[in-house]
Amino acid sequence: MATTVAAPAAAAPVAKPKVRHAWTQHGLLFVAPFLLIYVVFLIWPTLLGLQMSFSSVNIAGGNDRFVGFDNYAEAFTDPRMWRSLGNTVLFTIMSTIPLVLLGLVLALLVHNLRFMQWLWRLSFFGPFLLPSAVISILWLQMIYPPDYGLLNGTLGTDVLWLGDPAVAMWSVVLTTVWWTVGFNFLLYLAALQSIPAHLYEAAAIDGASGWDKLRSITLPLLRRTTLLIVVLQLVASLKVFDQIYLMTGGGPQDSTRPIIEYAYDVGFTGYRIGYASAVSYILFALIVIVSLAQLRLFRKREEVTS
Amino acid sequence: MTKRFSISQVVLLVVTLALAIMWLAPLAWAVATSLKPESETTKIPLEWFGSTITFESYALVLGTGGIVKWAVNSTVTAVIVTFMTVLFSAMAAYGFARTQFKGQRVLLGLILAGIMVPPQVLMAPLFAEMVAFGLVDTWWAIILPQVAAPLIVYILFKFFQDVPPELEQAAFVDGAGRWRVFFTIVLPLSRPVLAAVSIFTFINTWNNFLWPFLVSTDPNTMTLPVGLANVVQGTFGLRYAQIMASVVLAGLPLLVVFVLFQRQIVRGVAHTGLAGQ
Repeated sequence: MATTVAAPAAAAPVAKPKVRHAWTQHGLLFVAPFLLIYVVFLIWPTLLGLQMSFSSVNIAGGNDRFVGFDNYAEAFTDPRMWRSLGNTVLFTIMSTIPLVLLGLVLALLVHNLRFMQWLWRLSFFGPFLLPSAVISILWLQMIYPPDYGLLNGTLGTDVLWLGDPAVAMWSVVLTTVWWTVGFNFLLYLAALQSIPAHLYEAAAIDGASGWDKLRSITLPLLRRTTLLIVVLQLVASLKVFDQIYLMTGGGPQDSTRPIIEYAYDVGFTGYRIGYASAVSYILFALIVIVSLAQLRLFRKREEVTS
Repeated sequence: MTKRFSISQVVLLVVTLALAIMWLAPLAWAVATSLKPESETTKIPLEWFGSTITFESYALVLGTGGIVKWAVNSTVTAVIVTFMTVLFSAMAAYGFARTQFKGQRVLLGLILAGIMVPPQVLMAPLFAEMVAFGLVDTWWAIILPQVAAPLIVYILFKFFQDVPPELEQAAFVDGAGRWRVFFTIVLPLSRPVLAAVSIFTFINTWNNFLWPFLVSTDPNTMTLPVGLANVVQGTFGLRYAQIMASVVLAGLPLLVVFVLFQRQIVRGVAHTGLAGQ
């Protein structure tokens, strides 16, 4: 097969069909191993979940009848579904704003301090490397307890961080910000480092102050990164489950229960896996809408900038 | 040079330092608690240091708990997931970027569409599938669904598209086959991007909770996060020094790795995170 590309003109555009021919071999073999796993463990469950959402199947696989839109009709009139969907949306809004803004602020601070980078990175990104179980247990057992916990003990306050329905969601957000802001911080830091230094040098010659440079060079150039981070964050926050399940179990009084936990509850403790699929697919639809909106947004921006 | 340490730089340093202390405080508190005698862990008003520093809790946790076993499970599953993901994704990405075959565009579209599917919404059907395959409580149940990561294929696909094909063509001229070119030229050439996605995949797998939690009920197959969550809800009761010792032991490996390979990890995470587009 090598002989077909042996012609000296192989790299030239004229010979392209010939090259193509040689390159055709084995293509599917390269793709096959991934494709097999991908179809079995992602595509197939996606279709199976859709089918299950139209059935009354239980977790043991029994009672598998087609029930049409019954599960969806039930979900849309189920106050606990609405409550948990509302909690997920609330958490998404409450967490995305500080996670993006603080990520930017931390990156700007660290980028402008040109020493002890390793310490700042370890401090702000370190928590992101810890499993959700680790950070949840830490905050639940030693930070939030009202009597001996670190937070009330240090602030001299008397707040029921996880026990008060009016406060619990804020506490979940606080832990989440502490835990995951490091990811956005790193993305912003990478974006800041890719801004060419000569732009700042030119501005300095023109007598621009640090504030001027931030406003007219840095922030405009970070717009695309910000858009990306906002979308990634929205999707990540919509999928919230671990830290809430482990810290509050959804309480107090359902005030923190996210929709994934509700799907887990009806499916894995209530055994109604068909209904759980319908609940999951409502969230799925929401995430797809956000992702598609993002694609459109990015495409438009590319058209404008190019 | 002296101008560098202006007032604004000092303000910057103070603010950053204050934030860094706030960020490190919870971790320091976990370490401090784990080193106290059990009877002093819930003192009011709180004290950072107990009457003595003791490693008793660490000895107890390491001696009696399943933490070592879970750490091994986590390491083995995360290494296998990372290896399979990177190898299969690289092969697939290369196949899409450099070869032509029937149905290629459709398959590529299928993979791009999969990026939008959040694994969390698949828990019910995926669990049903694992029951049907008889894989519940095995490592394969934890591993295989995590290998189906279309984002990694997409990132590598874009990377391979940008690699100039001249190098490979030279090898073809010398008579090398497609597979040899892939393994001896393309993969070594892509080491930085492969390292980046490996690091990203490893961290995600090591920290994954929901899926391993659903498919492991047997403490012998549990990963570290799942085992830990189970223990705290179960047998440990209210032994805070021991719980914090477990927390420190479970969190430490990745933090140590981070300190050692900070530059690579920062680049890996940032690269993979930003390459999402």
